[in-house]
Amino acid sequence: MVEFALPKNSKITGGKTWPKPAGATELREFRVYRWNPDDGKNPSVDTYYVDTNDCGPMVLDGLIWIKNHIDPSLTFRRSCREGVCGSCAMNIDGQNTLACTRSMHDVKDGAVKINPLPHQPVVKDLVPDLTNFYAQYASVEPWLKTTSPTPQKEWRQSHEDREKLDGLYECILCACCSTSCPSYWWNSERYLGPAALLQANRWVSDSRDEATGERLDNLEDPFRLYRCHTIMNCAKACPKGLNPAEAIAELKLKMVERQI
Amino acid sequence: MQVYRWTLTMALSIVHRGTGIALYVGTLLLVWWLVAAASGPAAYGHVQAFAGSIIGRLIVFGYTWALMHHMLSGIRHFVWDLGYGFKANEREALTWGALIGGIALTVLIWIIAYAIGGGR
Repeated sequence: MVEFALPKNSKITGGKTWPKPAGATELREFRVYRWNPDDGKNPSVDTYYVDTNDCGPMVLDGLIWIKNHIDPSLTFRRSCREGVCGSCAMNIDGQNTLACTRSMHDVKDGAVKINPLPHQPVVKDLVPDLTNFYAQYASVEPWLKTTSPTPQKEWRQSHEDREKLDGLYECILCACCSTSCPSYWWNSERYLGPAALLQANRWVSDSRDEATGERLDNLEDPFRLYRCHTIMNCAKACPKGLNPAEAIAELKLKMVERQI
Repeated sequence: MQVYRWTLTMALSIVHRGTGIALYVGTLLLVWWLVAAASGPAAYGHVQAFAGSIIGRLIVFGYTWALMHHMLSGIRHFVWDLGYGFKANEREALTWGALIGGIALTVLIWIIAYAIGGGR
């Protein structure tokens, strides 16, 4: 349902300002969302100062620097540090993106404000619980489905048919798009969200897949597909430059086309 | 949701819905005007007096804008539903177009209305 305010136990209260590192000449202020499931307190926003002369340029570098030098309890996911794995997706300066590919110097005026991905349950600090998101991805059955006999070698595909998957297969499932979508914020139980729908279109568009009709049947639902109102936040947020909104529009078109 | 920075397309999406709701209410006013016109000069006079007042004119002006904006924004959604205009610059241009076009058309209509009717 539509929620404009946070529930009482999620209201942000206070926050600690950690001391500035000694001997640093160039400082950047970071304001980071903190919540610990074990201490029974409400979430808070802590203020840290990062020595930018001692630290890489990306927001993720800043977070790792904080964890190493100031506060080892700060919790966040990260892995590849080059925009391939999608682990460090978070809300930076009001927009969902990957901490490893967003430069802290591109964040204008003042502090670098960091929150977990919006409207997801928080496990701790910047780590969201994406169980629902992954279940929705699984619900589009993201694997090749065929009825004809398996060929001796591989399933063949022409270059032209392969090109139809460009802009779809590159998705890293970081959840930046889905958690940027107001429709998804308010109907995430029933609306599949941009990421899962982009993947649905990836399999519907695959020339080798033989379950197109079945896949479209699965989406023929007032919520699962049609909660998309072309708000376009997904396309704006995607750190890989993909366009889930366009993929969803293509799905809607295919729904109509098959009835003609 | 409070942390998310407002985007143009996000704001205009909710404006599209808002103007849609306003059109429902505005159409009720239109019905009121038509019913009054059908039920005689006295009732019609009341409505005309209300519509001619400053508040009445503001409401009718707002209704005109809601109608124009919703129409252009509707065309924008129609273009998207046909599968066009999804590139970053295209979608921003379409959205700005609906916003500015809606205001421009509204002002244009009112200038024409005043020029022809002389402010009724």
